Amino acid sequence: MKPFRYARPGGVAEAVRSGAEQPGSRFLAGGTNLVDLMKLGVERPDLVVDVGGLGLDEIVVDSGGGLRIGANVRNSDLAVHPAVRRELPMLSQALLSGASGQLRNQATAAGNLLQRTRCVYFQDVSKPCNKREPGSGCPARQGDHRNLAVLGGSAACIATHPSDFAVALAAADAEVAVTGPAGERTLRLDELYLLPGEHPERETSLAPGDLITAIVVPPLPFGTTSAYRKVRDRASYAFAVASVAAAIDVTDGVVRDVRIALGAVAPKPWRAHRAEDALRGLEPTASAFRAAVEAELSVAEPLPDNAFKLPLTANVVVSVLSDLTGASR
Amino acid sequence: MQLSVNGQSRDLELDNRTTLLDALREHLGLIGSKKGCDHGQCGACTVLLDGRRTNACLVLAVTCAGREVATIEGLAGPDGLHPVQQAFVEHDGFQCGYCTPGQIMSAVGMLEEFERGWPSAVTGEVQPAGLTAPEIRERMSGNLCRCGAYVGILAALTDVASRS
Ligand SMILES: Cc1cc2nc3c(=O)[nH]c(=O)nc-3n(C[C@H](O)[C@H](O)[C@H](O)COP(=O)(O)OP(=O)(O)OC[C@H]3O[C@@H](n4cnc5c(N)ncnc54)[C@H](O)[C@@H]3O)c2cc1C
Ligand code: SF4
Ligand code: FES
Ligand code: FES
Repeated sequence: MKPFRYARPGGVAEAVRSGAEQPGSRFLAGGTNLVDLMKLGVERPDLVVDVGGLGLDEIVVDSGGGLRIGANVRNSDLAVHPAVRRELPMLSQALLSGASGQLRNQATAAGNLLQRTRCVYFQDVSKPCNKREPGSGCPARQGDHRNLAVLGGSAACIATHPSDFAVALAAADAEVAVTGPAGERTLRLDELYLLPGEHPERETSLAPGDLITAIVVPPLPFGTTSAYRKVRDRASYAFAVASVAAAIDVTDGVVRDVRIALGAVAPKPWRAHRAEDALRGLEPTASAFRAAVEAELSVAEPLPDNAFKLPLTANVVVSVLSDLTGASR
Repeated sequence: MQLSVNGQSRDLELDNRTTLLDALREHLGLIGSKKGCDHGQCGACTVLLDGRRTNACLVLAVTCAGREVATIEGLAGPDGLHPVQQAFVEHDGFQCGYCTPGQIMSAVGMLEEFERGWPSAVTGEVQPAGLTAPEIRERMSGNLCRCGAYVGILAALTDVASRS
């Protein structure tokens, strides 16, 4: 591991200043991704700014059922929070389906959102990778891409975002509260995450020194009818091969509103707006669900070894929405 | 820096790259916690940090100043083995024993989480009164055993859970 300076700021302003002053700096939260990548030589910060002492670890539930989740709230504390389980089961389920009991105790909410891709070439410094070393090439297209993106990728990079939690947050229209050198702002998740285009090394719109202080989840009245479902290569302790977070409101026999986000298929949690638009106003039937998800996936660009994700994702969407609405499959 | 391990405060001089696992093993001679993968993928390094199970291989030791670390070495009391240790012995919860300290520390943390009413990915809306086999498997999935002693581990933990 490359030597680094270690700083433990006393407050948010000091953390932001340290982060902004030193270009090669990284914030350290739970460390379960950053320390791992530092050992691999993928992350080589000159300065590690430990944000663990900043507090930012409260979960506030507002009267309408919205949530403000401190950046440092541990994944396990968030997953088991009674209000989260009641108001937004998909959020709790997504967290509980991720990693292991040990990792969830250590991992934080903000760190989870900003974890890096598990693309094998990205993690191996002996291989080219446009994300790690811009311009070096992308071996994944010709090589191991079984778990990489079918949506939103580019010629330069087809990495997937590995977080389960972020998929449920995308479905819930969550925003992140950011404090940076220029002050505070909030970003919707689709503003936070960037698609790779020609610059896969730029994954988010955060600049040096930008610290996520909280995740804000607006009230979702039909969030109680939501679920997260994850398909993986073994029963537990594995990243998703495909996943779906969905919430649905059926009133008077028609879909009044619906939220669908897809995981493990794109460089960011993929909000399925096309599918949602297609479903509103229809009767909730398995065939309507299937037509909607197929509309979403019609723009996919699969490769030989990850084309299986298309029927898999479609099946998971149909089964989750059917279970939530009681539609027969 | 000072590190509090198993209730004892220890003075250490460390490179800030040192993980908690290496601090325990290489600097304090506490070699019970094992290094399997060094990347959070196997659970052999599981310790309790402020009472919660975590993977010591992904924690930088400098971040542990002022926090309480519990390792397998401190688990047995003056009257003998901890109930989880005893159950592993009685039910053949190991073969080579390499994953065992991590399994046991993880189980101690896991039992406490269940006591607090924490659900798991296999828990429905209502948590079962006792730890069922699917619950134990899911909650212990962060600990791999290359020898495949899972049958004994499951029996040991079912036994401990039924007694507590
Ligand atoms: C074996 C293994 C299996 C896993 N399985 C899964 C899985 O199935 N599903 C899943 O979703 N995840 C999984 N994970 C990933 C895990 O969830 C993440 O490593 C964890 O959530 C990261 O959180 P952290 O607090 O440890 O982040 P850190 O490692 O501390 O930080 C991660 C990144 O976020 C940045 N950061 C942290 N906090 C802030 C902040 N407040 N503001 C700005 N930047 C910040 C850091 O600079 C760093 O770049 C797995 C990890 C391992 C090791
Ligand atoms: S897919 Fe992206 S992360 Fe993977 S090798 Fe190609 S450029 Fe690197
Ligand atoms: S050595 Fe820490 S999880 Fe494997
Ligand atoms: S007993 Fe040998 S690895 Fe588990």
